[in-house]
Amino acid sequence: MKRDWFRVMEVHADSGTCTIHKIEGRGEAVGGSGLAALLFEKFGSVSEPWDSESQPFILAIGPLTGAFPLMSKTVAAFKSPYHDQYTESHAGGRSALALRFADLDALVITGRAKKLSCIEISSRSFSMKDVSFMKGMDVQEGGKLLRSMSAGGSGHRSILRIGPSGEVGSAIACVNCDTYRHFGRLGAGSVLGAKNIKGIIIHGDGGFDIPRGTGYKKLFEKIYQGVTGTTMMKKYHSLGTPANLQSLDDLKSLPWRNLQQTSDPEGIKGVNGQRFADDTLLRNGACSGCPVGCIHIGFVREKFSRDNRYVYRQIAYDYEPVFACGTMLGITSAFDVLNVMDVMEKVSVDAISGGVMLAWATEALERGLITEKETMIPLSFGNAEAYRKAAWYLGTGANSFYRLLGQGTLKAAAGYGGSEFACVLGQEMAGYATGELYFAAQSLGFRHSHLDTGAYAYEQKHNEKDLNRAADFLINDEPGRCLLTSMVACLFSRTVYVPEILYDCLSVLGYEDAGEIVENGGERIRRKRWALRFATGFKPEDIVLPKRFYSIKTWKGPVDPEFLDALKREYGERLKELIS
Amino acid sequence: MAKILAAPHMERCIGCHSCALACARLVYKRLSWETAGIRIHSTGGLSSSFAASRCVACNPAQCVPACPTGALKQRKGGGIIFQSKLCIKCGKCVQACPVSAIFQDRNGDIFVCRQCGQCVSFCPHNCLEYREIDGETKTPEVTA
Repeated sequence: MKRDWFRVMEVHADSGTCTIHKIEGRGEAVGGSGLAALLFEKFGSVSEPWDSESQPFILAIGPLTGAFPLMSKTVAAFKSPYHDQYTESHAGGRSALALRFADLDALVITGRAKKLSCIEISSRSFSMKDVSFMKGMDVQEGGKLLRSMSAGGSGHRSILRIGPSGEVGSAIACVNCDTYRHFGRLGAGSVLGAKNIKGIIIHGDGGFDIPRGTGYKKLFEKIYQGVTGTTMMKKYHSLGTPANLQSLDDLKSLPWRNLQQTSDPEGIKGVNGQRFADDTLLRNGACSGCPVGCIHIGFVREKFSRDNRYVYRQIAYDYEPVFACGTMLGITSAFDVLNVMDVMEKVSVDAISGGVMLAWATEALERGLITEKETMIPLSFGNAEAYRKAAWYLGTGANSFYRLLGQGTLKAAAGYGGSEFACVLGQEMAGYATGELYFAAQSLGFRHSHLDTGAYAYEQKHNEKDLNRAADFLINDEPGRCLLTSMVACLFSRTVYVPEILYDCLSVLGYEDAGEIVENGGERIRRKRWALRFATGFKPEDIVLPKRFYSIKTWKGPVDPEFLDALKREYGERLKELIS
Repeated sequence: MAKILAAPHMERCIGCHSCALACARLVYKRLSWETAGIRIHSTGGLSSSFAASRCVACNPAQCVPACPTGALKQRKGGGIIFQSKLCIKCGKCVQACPVSAIFQDRNGDIFVCRQCGQCVSFCPHNCLEYREIDGETKTPEVTA
């Protein structure tokens, strides 16, 4: 199980061949985020554009993947079509354990296939097939076809695929991972699309001997009991992350109707976590190796013929897509939200960005900046059927407006006006209108993600305007998360995998430098990936917050523009110091 | 009375593989979701449900007479007792099992449920039970 180096498969998409590399640097890079950065340094270019043939698409796992509960995530790294800078996107599902059991620490795809292709790997096989017939296929149909083309291994393989959005170069195209999880944000789908790779099938058909003695088994059981035998994970498997919808609405921190409101006490009753669970929840699912089972799968049914003929569909829901395809669009019915998400899934766009983009388009249409000529359909807040169609237009790039919008709301606003109400914080906002700290944190965060730091949680507990303390929090919170995403843990387990436990886990697997990794690894990796980010063009001062974020009211009262600007400036300076 | 592993609530399964990983870890000293006596498979993709490939403790067990070396013996009440030292890795038990419960890895090693029940406590949704045999388990009828 322990390996002091990295076993990496490089797929040469142009020739349909592969190379296995033995790469040194385990102690420095650890795995996951650190390994991805190391591999980008080796295989990537900071100056070449994201869709250059030579740029790599990287999937990386960590030293604890599969060995302990919730060590179930894979890190994807690439130069993003959204901003042409280095970034990461993380996904659960089966890919992490499949890579582990395929005996790979990472998969790197370089080059561009001559035809639309599918890569299939296992611990003892490699192939690349022409799947030109899958051109334009949505991820559900594509997933079924890839399953049927792949012999054996059901339950023990991971199937990644892109939808039409990745084929048309949308900057918000995601990679669907095992139907219900995604490498969602910042356009990973188009990176694969640019390589002419429609799907990746990873068979986890190998295995490893576990360490001798009882230490490993005992530690596993202790962690497992902590995860399943206590209430610490209840919030993730009960209502799941949608529980936050009601909480944030109560706090006046939930974006509604393109962030024109931060609360709707009546509307939230139709789309809160309890409503989703009571009315739409069909079942739960889990990532491989995680007993928590936080995946909530809802259903919608559709009458397609008068004679009581129905189809039903299953859609995984979480807080973020419900915010983006629900409250942000003024939709107050849980089933309507799922119906919009269903189309986002099919075309395989990041549902957070997709919803926020359509919210901007709705307001732009209301204000007369664009017309139905652009939107192809009259958009209005609450009109789910219109948003289903618009989601399809957005994902498939149906006209020049939707193709531009799919590159980013601010790019569309640059052409049509309306940048002041574009809800963009580095990328389209996640669902936290908690105030100045969160806005600054997402704007400048490494992934422009609510998971880069715990800003939204910190902010819900702190009302004081202490610039240094807030900036200290952002800077000090990141290394621990980098360490976890290098192991690679699900960030839901951050209260479980405290440094002492991570030390025990690494030690029991035989990593003699466990102490050094836990003490310094997070900071080292944080700096390494920020160095790449800056080298690929990131400048904190280039990120401008739209006026909308200065004009709203949160639970703390009106946003303080001066404090927000000062926070953003200070955080930006602190980030620059990291690489100086 | 002998106990056997049962999976009466597989409709609750969330596909976490904790049972298979536990068997591999605790019984076979392996990290794997294949080299185990219970293995979880999706049936018709993730939008469908999960099934557990496991020994259903049939009696008489069809794998026992198929084994040319006596490595597999009938367990009292159902299931088998496997003596790996006697196994020549011919794989005839794998072919004989009517429910595909026996896994053979690339080295030819055999992995089959020992009816020890250690996997049960690792299922977060109580899909599995370790229970006393209620009458004799019968060999499943398999039609071509």
